[in-house]
Amino acid sequence: MIREFSSADVMFIVLAVRWTLILSAIAFAGGAVGGLLVALARTSASRALRRASAGFIQVFQGTPLLMQLFLVYFGLAVIGLPIDPLLAAAVALTLHASAYLGEIWRGSIEAVPPGQTEAATALALSYPHRMRHVVLPQAARIATAPTVGFLVQLIKGTSLASIIGFTELTRAGQIVNNATFKPFLVFGTVAALYFILCWPLSLMARRLEARMRLAVTR
Amino acid sequence: MSEDAVIMRAVNKYYGGFHALVDIDLTVRRGERIVICGPSGSGKSTLIRTINQLEAIQGGTIVVDGVELTAGGDNVARVRQDVGMVFQNFNLFPHMTVLENCVLSPMKTRKVPRAEAEATARHYLDRVRIPEQADKYPAQLSGGQQQRVAIARALCMKPRIMLFDEPTSALDPEMVKEVLDTMIDLAREGMTMLCVTHEMDFARAVADRVIFMDKGVIVEEGAPDAFFGNPKNERLRNFLGQIA
Ligand SMILES: Nc1ncnc2c1ncn2[C@@H]1O[C@H](COP(=O)(O)OP(=O)(O)OP(=O)(O)O)[C@@H](O)[C@H]1O
Ligand SMILES: [Mg+2]
Repeated sequence: MIREFSSADVMFIVLAVRWTLILSAIAFAGGAVGGLLVALARTSASRALRRASAGFIQVFQGTPLLMQLFLVYFGLAVIGLPIDPLLAAAVALTLHASAYLGEIWRGSIEAVPPGQTEAATALALSYPHRMRHVVLPQAARIATAPTVGFLVQLIKGTSLASIIGFTELTRAGQIVNNATFKPFLVFGTVAALYFILCWPLSLMARRLEARMRLAVTR
Repeated sequence: MSEDAVIMRAVNKYYGGFHALVDIDLTVRRGERIVICGPSGSGKSTLIRTINQLEAIQGGTIVVDGVELTAGGDNVARVRQDVGMVFQNFNLFPHMTVLENCVLSPMKTRKVPRAEAEATARHYLDRVRIPEQADKYPAQLSGGQQQRVAIARALCMKPRIMLFDEPTSALDPEMVKEVLDTMIDLAREGMTMLCVTHEMDFARAVADRVIFMDKGVIVEEGAPDAFFGNPKNERLRNFLGQIA
């Protein structure tokens, strides 16, 4: 029944990294689009848009990611879509990332001095031009470090998709452990793989942050 | 088109419950140079910022170059193309070179081709006497140079009216003159100008009319000679005493 922890098991776990990466990439790309929309809505002149986007952020920051996963997973079935763990995890993590990136980027947009928008407005630039050419490029510099920091959280967050049965890195570890019952070895390997993914990003975030601080104080 | 560059009638502006502009009536003729002064918080910035609608008004009408700002449609956008503004803190776009600062709005808003926009930009940079700085970033320039770039950037939109909000207040004393000289050149060429400034020598040299504001009200206005020589209002007398 219980077999040895073999190199095939290691291969199985390492290959599952690709699903963690794919899920992270989907959630980050979707979250970037959603987050930009949320950030623009949060900083817009329309009170309705500001309220709606603030509500969206509060709901997704104020509830556990796991509940969001469950709700989307079972919700898909309710609206007649096939229950697919990848789809459910991608949708839930995209919404989650949209809320967090939206909030990070709102702060970055608001950190651009108001004089920049005023000067652009006085030059008759339209809202899209002001945003695209004046505000967002400056906000992006401020946002880079916290955005990379959030990406680390997101990669670790994809491990929750294991609970709805999506075979990413964590789930692969569980499967191997169920067969071999070598929890320290198996989950040690899994944790090391997460670390290899996240550590360089954390390092980069810290570097970027230090560079930002330097730019601000200079 | 009317003779008047700006007509403000019974303009009222509130910040929440605070009455920042009280029944402002002001007519600026084409080519006229107006200097606005007054104590801090008297509404000078607010007044000129209503002309390009950086501040919305809650009562009255403003007509700029024959276009009524409050009438809706694309009137605000049209007026902004006609009105240049220079700020106390320059507000250059720090992530763009001087040249890019100057060509951005002409290219995006007026749809001027790049080559033409750059030629115009170099022309105005030449006129504010910094043609050699075109490819630098704002942070590489002195305050006086940055402010002259800001003036050139505004001129690149070929405005008919220029607004200045304390353009020399953030400058080191030795740089004030280079900016004022640029403004005097502009005045000599017949630009309609509204300048908030406490540079009274500038006011004497170029202003057709000086306006004194206090608590959101235009308290006194007149030609520089009468304004400085024979101020009627007591608050103005106090004010002139303080800044002299
Ligand atoms: N965004 C704002 N919200 C609330 N109150 C404001 C706002 N902007 C200006 N005010 C107030 O309106 C009044 C007029 O301000 P304004 O900036 O026009 O004064 P000012 O004459 O330009 O003063 P200064 O010489 O200090 O620049 C001040 O009392 C100021 O506190
Ligand atoms: Mg002011």
